[in-house]
Amino acid sequence: MTPLQPSLQPILHPMLASNTERWLWWPWIGDNAGVIRHDLWVHIELTVIAVVAGLIVSLPLGIWAQRRPRTLGPVLGGAGVLYTIPALAAFALLIPYTGSGNLTAVIPLTAYTLLILVRNIVTGLDGVPDEALEAADAMGLTRSQRLWRLELPLATPAIMAGVRVATVSTIGMLTIAALVGLGGLGHLIMVGLNRPIRTAVTVGAVLSVAFAVVADICLAVLQRKLSPWANNRSVSTA
Amino acid sequence: MIIASIIDEVSVWLRTPDNWWGPRGIFARLSEHAQMSFAALAAVIVLCVPITVWLGHRRRWGVLAINVSNAGRAIPSFAILVVGTQLFGLQDVPVIGSWFVFIALIVLAAPSIVTNAWVGVAEVPDDVRDAARGMGLTEFQVLWRIELPLALPLIMGGIRTAAVLTVATATIAAQVGSGGLGRFIVEGFALGPDAYDEVFSGAILVALFALATEGICALLQRLVTPVALRQPSRRAIDAAEKSDAPDTTVPTLQAA
Repeated sequence: MTPLQPSLQPILHPMLASNTERWLWWPWIGDNAGVIRHDLWVHIELTVIAVVAGLIVSLPLGIWAQRRPRTLGPVLGGAGVLYTIPALAAFALLIPYTGSGNLTAVIPLTAYTLLILVRNIVTGLDGVPDEALEAADAMGLTRSQRLWRLELPLATPAIMAGVRVATVSTIGMLTIAALVGLGGLGHLIMVGLNRPIRTAVTVGAVLSVAFAVVADICLAVLQRKLSPWANNRSVSTA
Repeated sequence: MIIASIIDEVSVWLRTPDNWWGPRGIFARLSEHAQMSFAALAAVIVLCVPITVWLGHRRRWGVLAINVSNAGRAIPSFAILVVGTQLFGLQDVPVIGSWFVFIALIVLAAPSIVTNAWVGVAEVPDDVRDAARGMGLTEFQVLWRIELPLALPLIMGGIRTAAVLTVATATIAAQVGSGGLGRFIVEGFALGPDAYDEVFSGAILVALFALATEGICALLQRLVTPVALRQPSRRAIDAAEKSDAPDTTVPTLQAA
């Protein structure tokens, strides 16, 4: 096992049954602030890596598939198959190849973002009006200029909507990595389950939900900054 | 090299009859897994779909129905399971397995079904409803005979999402002491590197089960889609593009 977590010792407060039964026991949180901060940081780090890696893979894939409608079905189908594989199974299948490190947690989470991201990238690019494309061609923009200056900016609201959904689900799914000994806030939930200390479960769950909400709000603000012309209509991804 | 040895170990594990039969065998775990997932899914469909569909017909509470699935995504399923075990314990109940898994799976499966059912019904075009009302259909008939058939593909899509999520979460439920195919992963992992064949085999079985669920639901979704709404298959489009024959629907209409 990787030495991901700083030691849970010392526990300064006596672990009375009445205290471990409490859903919120402040002294435990105070004593273990270091562990909690570390787990939260790992969670943030892995989420950012997974979503950014997902974008790096799905942007070229989405642009490519949108230009060739015939490939769209197989691309989305493949992403759908990856999306269907349960996270615990994916982590378990990867451990012999990538070890018990962060890579094992990041690869499945990246794969899960692909379906949402590619679908939204294609939706966004499809939504670029034909007149705008024709105007760009008439102005003599090359294919790549048209993509970077016109199509991607106009597709930004849809792409950002996908990033928001992908980020929130990645944060939730990352807690499962703790079942195979990988880091993040799921570690706190595991501690709470195994010791058992209910407060640890509460802290892990609450921080995970709070992180998801904060990340969603930050991305919504970013979305508005990136595309100030778009009224804040979110694109359906269900 | 390592890949070859793992495949060897897994194939040996999977070919051992003892791993298939008995109360801890693959068949028993598979039926537990299917039972847990199906019971929760059926409960959500029975409890949520009728109310949601009616609300969609009245176009009420849309903000809640749409946002509930966004909120549901943020809640970690593992946390729900752990909290559920602590609150409800692990008593075995016939049919549904155990209370806490049942409730946790319902909480997780409900949002996507609710959102899709509401949107599916509420997005039936106004002129279609008005035509139905103009023909003298009662409100219930409008819902039952017009809106529901049109909304069924989307409702089924929600059930499909929920089914895959339920199967995945039922896997994690093994960590808190429930049955199901996840047991192979969790128990094998607890035993250490020597039991890795069990972990790997379990993971393959879980993945296959999830893919089968997705496949069956996709098939059902296609079956419940009214023929007129079905997307033509790629082959049909290709055939239409290649052939010089005019669209066959036009002469039919003229003949009528």
